[in-house]
Amino acid sequence: MHIRRAPDVQSSEITKEDHYLNRREWIAAAVAAGAAAGFVPQTLQALTQGQGPVATGTPYGLQKDDKPTPWEDVTGYNNFYEFGTAKEDPAQYAKGFKPKPWTVKVDGMVKNAADYQLEDFLKPAKIEDRIYRHRCVEAWSMVIPWRGFSLSDILKRAEPTSQAKFVEFTTLFDPRRMPGQTMRVLDWPYVEGLRLDEAMHPLALMVTGVYGRDLPNQNGAPLRLHVPWKYGFKSVKSIVRIRLVDKQPRNTWNLSAPDEYGFYSNVNPEVDHPRWSQATERRIGEFSKRKTLMFNGYADQVASMYTGMDLRKNY
Amino acid sequence: MLLIVALCIPPVLGIAGVASDILAHTRYFGSNPVKEVEHFLGRWTLRLIFATLTITPLRQISGWNWLAKHRRTLGLFAFAYLTLHWIAYAFLDVQLDWGELKKDLLKRPYIFLGMTALLLMIPLVITSTKAMIRRLGRNWTKLHRLIYIIAILGVIHYSMAVKKDLTDPLTYGAVLLVLYGWRIYRATRSRPAPA
Repeated sequence: MHIRRAPDVQSSEITKEDHYLNRREWIAAAVAAGAAAGFVPQTLQALTQGQGPVATGTPYGLQKDDKPTPWEDVTGYNNFYEFGTAKEDPAQYAKGFKPKPWTVKVDGMVKNAADYQLEDFLKPAKIEDRIYRHRCVEAWSMVIPWRGFSLSDILKRAEPTSQAKFVEFTTLFDPRRMPGQTMRVLDWPYVEGLRLDEAMHPLALMVTGVYGRDLPNQNGAPLRLHVPWKYGFKSVKSIVRIRLVDKQPRNTWNLSAPDEYGFYSNVNPEVDHPRWSQATERRIGEFSKRKTLMFNGYADQVASMYTGMDLRKNY
Repeated sequence: MLLIVALCIPPVLGIAGVASDILAHTRYFGSNPVKEVEHFLGRWTLRLIFATLTITPLRQISGWNWLAKHRRTLGLFAFAYLTLHWIAYAFLDVQLDWGELKKDLLKRPYIFLGMTALLLMIPLVITSTKAMIRRLGRNWTKLHRLIYIIAILGVIHYSMAVKKDLTDPLTYGAVLLVLYGWRIYRATRSRPAPA
């Protein structure tokens, strides 16, 4: 297998303890980066402004003033065009969606191609709660307590062949269950992709829940991706297929507007969207704007994957 | 008077809503109140501009000539809404980051079109008094035809600002087409008559 990995991955290969995810290392790294001068608590007890559940989990890459975004916003302000293009549409129109039973196909350039029932797919996974920063390409952001497991777990299980260079993800296409798909606002089904080394990075998270609960339909139930150093549209929802391929997969927003949305779509304050600045962002629930951080604050963990690449060209 | 009170409702709701959202997280405008109030005020500006453009066809169809005296009120409120829309953009959204405002204006065509529309409205406001109408005479009518261009700029600005779903801007565009279509229809129908 020729799989490029971030240097801090190795320990995860050996032990289920996931030493590389050890909180002290992460916090030390954050402090060393000078990003967080202060104290980052191990478990954030959210000061939620709403009535929702309390966020718990291990913080990843959080800055010192990052607090989990309230449940109402995380589950009420969504871009999920399969259920409509307005931010409130998904919460409204995904209410009747039944995410079970659910099948996930893993195929392409793998030794172990298979169709999994979701329960079987999740059984071997080491599910954990991780608090991530989320940055939408529309210049707003959240801090979200996800529940899930590293995408690399399932990729390793599938055993990519030596030809596999990319991973392609496909969202369910079923206009009867996803009414937004009756509008041709995007080219359905929604597809996204990652380079294999990106997909193998321990931060790339397969998400099954949020705030300690099963994933609400509007957030991409029952299974979605979250890649915290990339713009939100890379984090494909309601996944039915994971395919290993040798060529860079197409991705829906890039097909829709190639000059505005690239394949990599790494969060980058220096490369503006043609119609708006990416230098700052509005954290949902806050009035003052925050400076957007390179790779959304995960530069220490992921920047090495892009050394030598022109990020202005590969936006 | 009743009209003036009614026209105060949208901006008062907008200002009160966004203020309570920012200060007390009331979610009147949802999770991203600044963006929402900006869009809310923008849509209301277009609606009021359309309302001014509806007066003449409505008079021609219904014969209700009393409508004419309300056109100025509608037009002035349209400008007030537009000013609030700009304030929401510049103060609340961009937060007076001058570099960013400049970049927006020069590099982002939809901002440039919106700003052009705003500037073009200023002479219409200045010349809206009775004295100015009298003084400008026939030129007043010519000058105030600018509103036709302003409305088009507004719709283009809106359609370029949305991310992907053009349903709403196209609906506004369709309304504008009907309003202009009526005028073209009247003009072509009435022209041969005097000849």
